[in-house]
Amino acid sequence: MATSLVAAHVTDPRMVLGFLDVFGQWNPAIAYFMVGSIASFSVVYRLVRPREVAVLGDEICVPSSSAIDARMVGGAAVFGVGWGLTGLCPGPAIASIATGGVSILAFVAAMAAAMLIVQPTFTRRAARSAT
Amino acid sequence: MTEPSSLTILLGGLAFGTAAGFLLLLNGRIAGFSGIFRGVILYGGRDDTWKAFFLAGAIAAGGVASRVFPGAVPGHYDASLGLLVVAGLLVGIGTRLGNGCTSGHGVCGIGRLSKRSFVATLVFVGSGIVTVAAANAFGGTQ
Repeated sequence: MATSLVAAHVTDPRMVLGFLDVFGQWNPAIAYFMVGSIASFSVVYRLVRPREVAVLGDEICVPSSSAIDARMVGGAAVFGVGWGLTGLCPGPAIASIATGGVSILAFVAAMAAAMLIVQPTFTRRAARSAT
Repeated sequence: MTEPSSLTILLGGLAFGTAAGFLLLLNGRIAGFSGIFRGVILYGGRDDTWKAFFLAGAIAAGGVASRVFPGAVPGHYDASLGLLVVAGLLVGIGTRLGNGCTSGHGVCGIGRLSKRSFVATLVFVGSGIVTVAAANAFGGTQ
């Protein structure tokens, strides 16, 4: 998965910022990645749906929550701001850890710190959070 | 920046979605990078061993791939360290509260036709677009 992110240059923040720059110099290239990945995932998912357990015997864990609440929407909005500031989201950042230098390490360390902080404070009230 | 062809990007997307699909088909797990990363950071849960292997594999594969595809991982990032830290904090908080990121909601969630993931994806793409537009208007990040 990381290989495909790198091969398609999704790890280059300028490509991602270009994709988000709809009102400026829009570069739709990342849309091809999204369309391709959603399409191929849906095809494989058709094989998963009728199954009781995964091929290797484990239970199939799919998020059961369908709650669209303020916490989820607010979280997504905050994530989008962070994404739009630098053009980095978790997948490409992780794929860049080995070669992205101190910039990526700073981003990933901050992301880790935030996840440690948010955990005990906010999740106690959450009903059932699917990951 | 040497940008890959649209076909290369489409093929990359197809490979990514296929790999995510096989994680679900073979192991029964959703390939959401933020959830996997969080599992490893807060290590201790029942599912965290495979997450650690997944994360290690992603880091190693990304390292090898960035040598095979030069220019894909930039040698220099335009954003300052301070901005990267702020963005990392927002991404960590946001994906935690929103239960997912571009891979879990954007690819797997939409691929499963989850209404919740549709909404999450619309919201984070929307706020990302607004952020970039605002940064451009105020002469900000790039």
